[in-house]
Amino acid sequence: MNSVIPDFTCDSYDVAVIGAGHAGCEAALAAARLGCETICFMVSTDTIAMMPCNPNIGGTSKGHLVKEVDALGGEMGRNIDKAFIQSKMLNRSKGPAVHSLRAQADKQKYSNCMRKVMESTDHLTLKQAEVSELLYETADDGTKTVTGVKTVSGGIYPCKAVILCSGVYLNARCIFGEVSTYTGPNGTPRATHLTDSLIAAGIEMYRFKTGTPARIDRRTIDFSVMEEQKGDEPIVPFSFTNTPEDLAREQALCYLTYTNEETHKIIRANLDRSPLFSGDIKGSGPRYCPSIEDKVVKFPEKDRHQVFIEPEGEYTNEMYLSGMSSSLPEEVQIAMYRSVKGLEHAKIVRNAYAIEYDCINPMQLYPTLECRKIKGFFSAGQSNGSSGYEEAAAQGIIAGINAARKVQGKEGIVLDRSQAYIGVLIDDLVTKETHEPYRMMTSRAEYRLLLRQDNADLRLTEIGHEVGLIDEERYQKFLKKKQAIEDELERLSLVVLGASVTVCETLKALGTSEIHTATSLLELLRRPELDYESLAVLDPDRVPLPADVIEQVVINIRYEGYIERQMQQVEHFKKLENRKIPEDFDYDAVPSIRIEARQKLKLFRPVNVGQASRISGVSPADISVLLVMLERVLKENGHAEEEKQQ
Amino acid sequence: MHTCLRKVTCMNNDTIAAIATGLSAAGISIIRISGPDSFSIASKIFRNGNSSEPIADHIAEWESHTVHYGFIVDGPEVIDEVMLLYLKAPRTFTKEDTIEIDCHGGIVVTKRILSLVLANGARLAEPGEFTKRAFLNGRIDLSQAEAVMELIGAKNDLAVKNSVKQLRGTLRDRILSLRKQLLTDVATIEASLDQPEYYSLEGFAEKLSESVRAEQEEILKMLHSADNGRLIKEGIETVILGKPNVGKSSLMNALIGEDRAIVTEIAGTTRDTLSEEIRLNGITLLIVDTAGIRNTPDPVEKIGVTRAHEKAVDADLILYVADASVLLDDVDREILKAYAGKKMLAVLNKTDLMKAPVGAEHLTEKDIVPAACTSERDVRELLSDCGCEAEIVSVSAKEGTGLTELEEKISGMFFAGNLRADDEAVITSERHKECLRSAYDSLGKVLTSIEAGLPEDFYSIDLMGAYEALSRIVGEEVDEDLINRIFEQFCLGK
Repeated sequence: MNSVIPDFTCDSYDVAVIGAGHAGCEAALAAARLGCETICFMVSTDTIAMMPCNPNIGGTSKGHLVKEVDALGGEMGRNIDKAFIQSKMLNRSKGPAVHSLRAQADKQKYSNCMRKVMESTDHLTLKQAEVSELLYETADDGTKTVTGVKTVSGGIYPCKAVILCSGVYLNARCIFGEVSTYTGPNGTPRATHLTDSLIAAGIEMYRFKTGTPARIDRRTIDFSVMEEQKGDEPIVPFSFTNTPEDLAREQALCYLTYTNEETHKIIRANLDRSPLFSGDIKGSGPRYCPSIEDKVVKFPEKDRHQVFIEPEGEYTNEMYLSGMSSSLPEEVQIAMYRSVKGLEHAKIVRNAYAIEYDCINPMQLYPTLECRKIKGFFSAGQSNGSSGYEEAAAQGIIAGINAARKVQGKEGIVLDRSQAYIGVLIDDLVTKETHEPYRMMTSRAEYRLLLRQDNADLRLTEIGHEVGLIDEERYQKFLKKKQAIEDELERLSLVVLGASVTVCETLKALGTSEIHTATSLLELLRRPELDYESLAVLDPDRVPLPADVIEQVVINIRYEGYIERQMQQVEHFKKLENRKIPEDFDYDAVPSIRIEARQKLKLFRPVNVGQASRISGVSPADISVLLVMLERVLKENGHAEEEKQQ
Repeated sequence: MHTCLRKVTCMNNDTIAAIATGLSAAGISIIRISGPDSFSIASKIFRNGNSSEPIADHIAEWESHTVHYGFIVDGPEVIDEVMLLYLKAPRTFTKEDTIEIDCHGGIVVTKRILSLVLANGARLAEPGEFTKRAFLNGRIDLSQAEAVMELIGAKNDLAVKNSVKQLRGTLRDRILSLRKQLLTDVATIEASLDQPEYYSLEGFAEKLSESVRAEQEEILKMLHSADNGRLIKEGIETVILGKPNVGKSSLMNALIGEDRAIVTEIAGTTRDTLSEEIRLNGITLLIVDTAGIRNTPDPVEKIGVTRAHEKAVDADLILYVADASVLLDDVDREILKAYAGKKMLAVLNKTDLMKAPVGAEHLTEKDIVPAACTSERDVRELLSDCGCEAEIVSVSAKEGTGLTELEEKISGMFFAGNLRADDEAVITSERHKECLRSAYDSLGKVLTSIEAGLPEDFYSIDLMGAYEALSRIVGEEVDEDLINRIFEQFCLGK
């Protein structure tokens, strides 16, 4: 078996992407669309954009990410618009900042649609092969630079940039009860060689864990005892390129049921057989998507937990049991699921399982997602310790863009925390130590009033266009929308109503108080009891506008005070964000920075003062000192420049 | 949310103020104000010597680098007679508009003026901030700046440590419990935003508005105590130290004038430390009674002895008490050696026992002092043996004799400049007030949002603002608190 496999050199590429999950697809598409010859490796072409866990895209804060990916010119939004079977705007009763779009996907259709896009994209080559080695050269000064990848079968693919999007495949192990299978998710082949190669290249690896619930045969579920969960009418598209009318379709139903004391009793009686509690699983699991056994142990006072039953797609009978992921033994799973109301006769098609995998410590990355230790080596998605399809796609498109820009000799793109959830996500990953898979949450975004899902296009289309992923037609459409919003805001401020009897009568009829002085429509719209539609009677010159334009106008007027406050905070934040720290900055030459802070700064090498201030263990005093020192460097360099010029 | 804002060092050119001289009971104190609003702040609180109104807008017309005589006023109330230095940018230390107020000093007055300046729009300067501005504005060169920056790190750490240390125990607990409540409320909101299908916020706004009102009330109370100087421990930390049963507790009682410390004849009664504030000729002393020091097998008493040592190490002044009716021994020697170099007064207590018994008044003291007893001379010898420099006072705590002399010796040391009040404490107190005010304002904004019928996600913005302000007082980092709390308290799952 140990016979040596002879190496052979294959075609050269600009960019190689390892993996074709949600990160890999976005990375490969972005790089290829930006003109780089790109090859995308996957263990099986049947796993392209596979959704091995929950059958939905979006959700709280994740929906924001999808819209941002779309605004930058990514594929996820368009793809879910093609493949959704139910769509819902969550948090509608809350503020616009936390409205979150979520769609149930037909998993097969989602995967097929993405595959089709990948296959029809120029400059993109798909290759079913396991990458076993990262190839690089080391310069005399120790700097490492990527030169290519090698596959298990000995194929060497020279390339200028490599993007790791290995998901949960590296040395994956699936576990339930006493059973371990050495496969990737859903029984797919895993990748067993690359971890060693990465470690040999000096990359620090983590071992993380996640899990998924069982899939049940639809015919064995009694839906009559469950609550129906319907989709929205009309739906809101994920992609700027679609209108609600384009996407109108028959929507599937989801269902809600609950666990009960009996379920919890079964779980408690079998805890010792759960690999999570027996110590068999060593990887760090996420706190936010605990297995049902975790929940029962952690919240003993809760007598029931919600279970959402969601279809996996139109192609199958399988139903996903959201809220009941588990790694208990198979027979315990059967008893546990059957104790739930409506699941008394449930037949499990696929067991629930936990999965352990290798990923890299993301603090080794620049905010461009390029690895500090190896030039041209990028990483995105679960291989960076994140979790979720959307988080993966968000990193994927950034890594794809930046790998392409690297190859083309351009500076990388970094979104900051005030521009996008993507910025928050990546900044958190590369600056904050994480010991569990990272999930996006709206509470992680300090400027969330500005980072709404409804204005993702307004925030990022410009950047997408500049980068080259947004075509001219879409850009013009975007500019038109932007202009329409500005025009309408101006018009509303200019249409001023006098305090006449007719106006006052009309206002009273609309359920609001009368006016005593001349008042603009814009002022009236600030009143919570009035909305844009109801004001129509007082606004005869109004021309019909698209719903998304009106939405922006109303949000801007209604939340102006809060929005302005956050914009001031952003201004403040940007000041430190714009203070760049030279890459070779000598922290040892600054003795007044405390030792702890200095060690951290040396280790993480923040790119600007803002990032430095977010590293735990760096105090405001350290930042003060740093600012003074940077000023010195600036002045000295300034002098040097002057001297040079003389 | 907002977790990153906290660390953002202010780079705006706002107006800063601080006490530029060390605080002392005597002499002149200088309050320095620097920044664009310096003059307008001064104009609101300064009254020319011959006028009855604040100077208002005339200040802009003054000539730069002039000295003005007058009064600092708070409304109708005159706070102090001062000299005001008027320095226009750029010929100042910071190259910004600068005001210096030379006041008569005294801790109370200096603090009052600083508070007044802050209330009128200045921000309390960070340690070294004047120097930082001087450097950034090109007024001083790097080596000068570096020397100061060197101090900043250490000093800032100290300030944070002090901030926590000086907070009175009960106040700290109150702030911690307020913080906890705030975080719980934010976590409740955030969990429901994150998992709207699992957690509902029905009826939450009413409950929240009630608890926010109560929290504001609580903060107001704290601000009130801050104004009365009760927020933090201030004064000269004076630790009473000595062997068991030499009368330390009696001395403390005598000094504070009430039976606060338990006095018994059983050696080792004071097993913990007790502290009390007293005012002495205008100085505040924080007197700490400690457990008697000896080698003891009793674990509880041992803890007391350890605490006593801890207190003594940090003390501004040690009152070393010896019993005149017994001999000094190796334990005395050990203790004194350990604290050589600290500011110290030796107190020879129980001189009443040395007095002639009734009917033998004609005998001189020398005649009746038993051989086994300790005299001032013995104490002096031991002190010099141990390398301690301390004056000696003989007292009888029981009869109250010698106390006046002791008090005069202490205030003498202070006025001679041998003892320093902790001026960090004043700064800390101002910082605390700033934070409390900011927390109060944030909570006000929460109420406004609730009343305006805004959705719940708007509440968490200002709740978190209040949380962060309170966190600054107790010196806690807030980075991951919210996320951790959400996970702790709410069961989020897929």
